[in-house]
Amino acid sequence: MTGVFATARPLESRRAVAAVVAIYGVLVIVVPVANLLAPAGSAFHVSDYMVTLLGKILCYAIVALAVDLIWGFGGILSLGHGLFFALGGYAMGMYLMRSIGREGVYQSDLPDFMVFLDWKQLPWYWAGSDRFWQACLFVVLVPGVLALVFGWFAFRSRIRGVYFSIITQALTFAFMLLFFRNNTGFGGNNGFTDFKRILGFPIASPRTKVALYALSATALLGALAICRSLVLSKFGRVLTAIRDEESRLRFCGYDPVGYKLFVWTLSAVMCGIAGALYVPQVGIINPSEMSPGNSIEIAIWVAVGGRASLIGPVLGAALVNGAKSWLTVSFPDLWLYFLGLLFILVTRYLPRGVVGLFARGQTP
Amino acid sequence: MRSAPQVSSLALAIAAAACLAARGASALDAASLAKLASGDASAKLSTVQEAVASGDVAALPVLRALLEGRLLAAGEQVLLEENGALVDPLTRRPAVAPAGEAEKVSINNRLRRSLERAIAALELFSPRAADRLRAARFLQEGADEDLLPALERALAQEKDAQVRELVRSILGALLLGSRDRDKRLVAVDALRKVPSTRSKRLLLERLGAGPADPGAESDSTVRDAIGGAVKDIDRALLRAEIVGWIFGGLSLGSVLLLAALGLAITFGLMGVINMAHGELLMIGAYATYVVQSLFRAHLPGASDWYLLAAAPAAFLAAGLVGALLEVTVVRALYGRPLETLLATWGVSLLLIQAVRSTFGAQNVEVSNPSWMSGGVTVMSGLVLPYNRIAIIAFAVLVLVGVWLLIERTRLGLLVRAVMQNRGMAAGLGVATPWVDLLTFALGAGIAGLGGCALSQIGNVGPELGQGFIVDSFMVVVLGGVGQLAGTVLAAAGLGQVNKLLEPFAGAVLAKIAVLAFIILFIQRRPQGLFAPRGRAAEEA
Repeated sequence: MTGVFATARPLESRRAVAAVVAIYGVLVIVVPVANLLAPAGSAFHVSDYMVTLLGKILCYAIVALAVDLIWGFGGILSLGHGLFFALGGYAMGMYLMRSIGREGVYQSDLPDFMVFLDWKQLPWYWAGSDRFWQACLFVVLVPGVLALVFGWFAFRSRIRGVYFSIITQALTFAFMLLFFRNNTGFGGNNGFTDFKRILGFPIASPRTKVALYALSATALLGALAICRSLVLSKFGRVLTAIRDEESRLRFCGYDPVGYKLFVWTLSAVMCGIAGALYVPQVGIINPSEMSPGNSIEIAIWVAVGGRASLIGPVLGAALVNGAKSWLTVSFPDLWLYFLGLLFILVTRYLPRGVVGLFARGQTP
Repeated sequence: MRSAPQVSSLALAIAAAACLAARGASALDAASLAKLASGDASAKLSTVQEAVASGDVAALPVLRALLEGRLLAAGEQVLLEENGALVDPLTRRPAVAPAGEAEKVSINNRLRRSLERAIAALELFSPRAADRLRAARFLQEGADEDLLPALERALAQEKDAQVRELVRSILGALLLGSRDRDKRLVAVDALRKVPSTRSKRLLLERLGAGPADPGAESDSTVRDAIGGAVKDIDRALLRAEIVGWIFGGLSLGSVLLLAALGLAITFGLMGVINMAHGELLMIGAYATYVVQSLFRAHLPGASDWYLLAAAPAAFLAAGLVGALLEVTVVRALYGRPLETLLATWGVSLLLIQAVRSTFGAQNVEVSNPSWMSGGVTVMSGLVLPYNRIAIIAFAVLVLVGVWLLIERTRLGLLVRAVMQNRGMAAGLGVATPWVDLLTFALGAGIAGLGGCALSQIGNVGPELGQGFIVDSFMVVVLGGVGQLAGTVLAAAGLGQVNKLLEPFAGAVLAKIAVLAFIILFIQRRPQGLFAPRGRAAEEA
């Protein structure tokens, strides 16, 4: 397990921090200006499509960072983080569905899919879903509490390694089946879509999109800051020790459960927030986000970028998803070959990811 | 089996024979033919009834012709139109219509209904079981008292269990309304022997709200008999339900076992997390499809037996892919399970896309051989499909094969040695890389066999494997890694539990509940059902 990690203390130097902040500045100032002010057709114009794509990638980057936190530093590979992402998305989606109001196809107070199922009133768990603050609360609480409960059971009985990975996969699979049911009350197959506005702003307008995009970039910066301070602290050292020698750490008198549980829950919450930012930007959430395949894909973003490097997963998410949006449009048949080969080649020949290529002086 | 009902049905048969003798008429003759062609509607009706009562199968063509408007009357002469030519109804010799127009013999609605039933009743004597079954199904929709003698005779000579049962229930339904108390008792008994919800409904209707209820049974003996019969039927229905449930569970369990057995070897014995396991199943299924196509193209006569060639082909195809996978990907990653997981997932994506590019994204059609269609009726209301039985048998066969291979052969010995203590085995001269390769290929080949079986009961498409990967891992993990017996028990148990929950919760919720149960179970016993007890601080 040792020797495959890019840097022991990532993002420690001032220069690295300054570089990250500078990139953030470019993303939140240049892109919005180029999108809103530069006339369409000019060389400096950034299209709406591009803004949405960038916003999407930023959300994915948060997810990748969350997975890096537990996998790269804690040694816990989750194959179910798509679930937390989707739950955050659904929590936000409920609010967005309610804020459609009577502008749906059936002009009812209820969301269209409920009218379609001939439901007369909102199920109890939809109570108060028209309040934005409640949606924000649920975005954090639902993934957080689920992760806490699941993690408590799993870590207490010392499930780790591939066992843990497999049961997280079963978890997200079970939730996917649950959300596919129409009677679960979350729109079944189709999920939520056709959103009209968020906090009163029309959701399709370029300004709203840019605002959401900037918010995503800020959230990513915040997540990076939190993760950095965490892994550079004593807590981070214990976490790394859990990854490398959990038994020895236990014999030294530490109880790993609390550490693992905290970082695991934090990671789930980060995913939930990313999902909540993602849904208004892409305008749809459905149960396929919970498919096991999606969650495994997250792991490859992290592996491509480089584990335990914080900046690597961000890079990996951008590279893989950039390639995805290009390949699936230009060469749809090649995408799975590309992704499959990426999985094989990166794990086989690039254990430290892209970041590892640039890391100086550290031999694997 | 009770003896009393047999005695009474014997009595019934004798009564029926006596009844036949009394009527006298045996075969369709010129006189009855003339009546059929006459303008008198009631004479036609009685002739049809007589033909049925005599069980005269020879009358079938004439009755059919009458129903279909192919029976013609030309003066005194009656003619039958057959394939555009006119024949004599009795001799079947070509006939010529005399001068003057031959007219269609007309039938009214009442006669039409009566004819349809009469034809069905006569078809009960057809030599082909399928015809008899169809006729009985038709008569179940509605029969009348005229058919009683024919039905009784049909019952007496019927060999096929399913048809017997149908005829019995038709008879029961008919006689239940009879004015004769003894006949009603016979009817109750006939219905008791056909324990279905339909029989139960008929009996309960006869019972009505109470003895005073108009239209309900008033005789206390018959009422008691009905009460007893309903209880018997309830018991039999429950029994059928339980047997059906156990069989459904066994069937699902054997599917799970076939899907997971290969994984029990690659993951259970070797500890390799092969996420492409589902795709090995898919390759087995596609190999079956290819063999089926080859048989259709080159050996159409033997296409019922293509599975005999498909099973080894599936084993070889999946085994080869597995060997390739071991050499190129898995070998370099031994001891790094998480990396193996990701790399093999990549392989699974490659395989899915490769199959999509070769065979198309749509499902391909793999059909059951004809000997697998249909089913065996084990008790009333419970038909076990042959393809499910075949899957169970196949699962047992594969299981026994694997067990023999692991426990009784030299290869199995080496496999166990390497898995238990690699260093020691190597030190004693075992070529461990070869054993790894062979074991992995074996596991992959068994997955191919599983895919061959799955192709017989489900859709074959590029995503076939994705649906099984979570299930397979759950079975192996629940059973305990490295424990074939655990895998078997876990598969059977999961199958039963799933089927038990389905009626209450629906298939999807049952599956979710089972997944939740497994997740909780693993928390309690992280090493599975059959955990070898050890003192190590950590297991790999």
